[in-house]
Amino acid sequence: MYEGVVQDLIDELGRLPGVGPKSAQRIAFHLLGSDPADIKRLVDVLNAVAAGVQFCEVCGTVAEQDKCRICRDPRRDATTICVVEEPKDVLAIERTREFKGRYHVLGGALDPLSGVGPDQLRIRQLLARISSDEVREVIIATDPNTEGEATATYLVRMLRDFPDLTVTRLASGLPMGGDLEFADELTLGRALSGRRQV
Amino acid sequence: MYLRHLQVEDFRSWKHADLALTPGATVLVGRNGRGKTNLLEAVGYLATLGSHRVATDAPLIRQGCDRAIVRAAVVNGDRELTVELEINAGRANRARVNRGQPGPPRSVLGILRTVLFAPEDLALVKGDPAERRRFLDELLVQRAPRFAGVRADYDKALRQRNALLKTAGKRGRSGREDPYALSTLDVWDAQLADAGARLLAGRLDLIAALTPHAVAAYSAVAGSAAVGREASLVYRSSLGDALPEGFGMPEGREADNEPGVAQLRDVLLDALGRARDVDLERGVSTVGPHRDELELRLGEAPARGYASHGESWSLALALRLGAYELLRAEAGEPVLMLDDVFAELDRDRRARLAEVAAQAEQVLITAAVDEDVPSKLTGTRFRVAEGEVSRET
Repeated sequence: MYEGVVQDLIDELGRLPGVGPKSAQRIAFHLLGSDPADIKRLVDVLNAVAAGVQFCEVCGTVAEQDKCRICRDPRRDATTICVVEEPKDVLAIERTREFKGRYHVLGGALDPLSGVGPDQLRIRQLLARISSDEVREVIIATDPNTEGEATATYLVRMLRDFPDLTVTRLASGLPMGGDLEFADELTLGRALSGRRQV
Repeated sequence: MYLRHLQVEDFRSWKHADLALTPGATVLVGRNGRGKTNLLEAVGYLATLGSHRVATDAPLIRQGCDRAIVRAAVVNGDRELTVELEINAGRANRARVNRGQPGPPRSVLGILRTVLFAPEDLALVKGDPAERRRFLDELLVQRAPRFAGVRADYDKALRQRNALLKTAGKRGRSGREDPYALSTLDVWDAQLADAGARLLAGRLDLIAALTPHAVAAYSAVAGSAAVGREASLVYRSSLGDALPEGFGMPEGREADNEPGVAQLRDVLLDALGRARDVDLERGVSTVGPHRDELELRLGEAPARGYASHGESWSLALALRLGAYELLRAEAGEPVLMLDDVFAELDRDRRARLAEVAAQAEQVLITAAVDEDVPSKLTGTRFRVAEGEVSRET
């Protein structure tokens, strides 16, 4: 245990995800030794975040204005919406440069253990968007785990009310550059059942 | 298959232990409380990612340490693999195969297969249904490692559904309508039925394959006592009569196929729907593989509550030997481990166990004194004393 404020700093850092006690200590001492100007920049950013980050009023991702960059961009295809759990998933899909449509961030997945039901997710906003805009396809890109699959199943049921809408789910299968023999049976089984004609 | 080398660090009472092992019988001799069983537990953990003594990992890490390491060289035919598991306090465990990149613990499943017989196994016969479900599921994972994922998915879906039942049930009673609760319950029913059907199909298939081996082992172990009181295994599903016929029969091996699983999924989904009112009332899921029971029978009577102490021991031993024979027949010989059991068995059962063990490719035995070990099983001997293990020459 260190004395006073240094230990407080280590404790606070240690509460961050992915930071263990040893990393927290390392970061704390790095901060102690760094330029006051650097620390001030960090403090300013933290304050700005604490004062309130804006979320896009359309898709729900983090934004600097009322609407995010993607929702403002007229070149993006408004007829296709990709539904993801978190803003970081938007970034992941953007990196592929494959997707030209727009996004909808749910803010999580169905998770009754943590008290997250449909009301806590931005599902009503999604349904409103689909009824008002000219949306022709919804791509469900929730995580391929128990909660993500449950959320996808739920969305599929809700979207059945829109007869002209195409609803798709991201394919799950083999990672690129991987070896077939090292794939686990569940992944390989999914890849097999989701195979496509070439 | 056999272990050529075993190393542990900060595991249970061991700061460090290093054993060079050979095929055949290896006996660890030492007074009680010196850590013999801890070494077998470490080997068992590599094979099943669980301990036969505790349900959580925390007790496996030596007091005052933040991680334990188990390392082994496993020889299977002409192939040798090294596996390493790091058991971390408060962090995810990690595994490495052949000194490669660290990965999830699941990646080591299937490399080492073991069958452990220990005094705790009496609970297989006398204990709660949960003990027998654990026996089945552990064997299932050793038989086909993908079931570790199925099992984890099922547990997750079950916990989520139960959490929803509790909150939805409460809202229902207070009179406030929750329009979403029922529709999300449908979703969790589907998740539970999906993983549950896979687990159930795996278990039924396993029981069909295990039964002949376990029944034969019981007759051999119990000898004349088994005449007229033959052992049998009956899977009592919470689905009751709704369980389609043909599953769990020796010829029902197509249970692992997709059509079989799909059929089970529909049956399970239907049963979850019918149980919904009761489930909402009680706040728990009342049907599913987590409520099933593997009933062990001797003659016409269930073994639990009816079998004598000696019969119970014979049956517990028969289940382990049956598991051993099954793995041997299907995937090559597992490593056999006998934890301090000879002292518990009478002469005939000892002799029978010694006979099987003497033929095993590798058997690791612990005993408090040399006299406990049948003379048939003379092999390498290690003396286990305070924090040290040394080979006897």
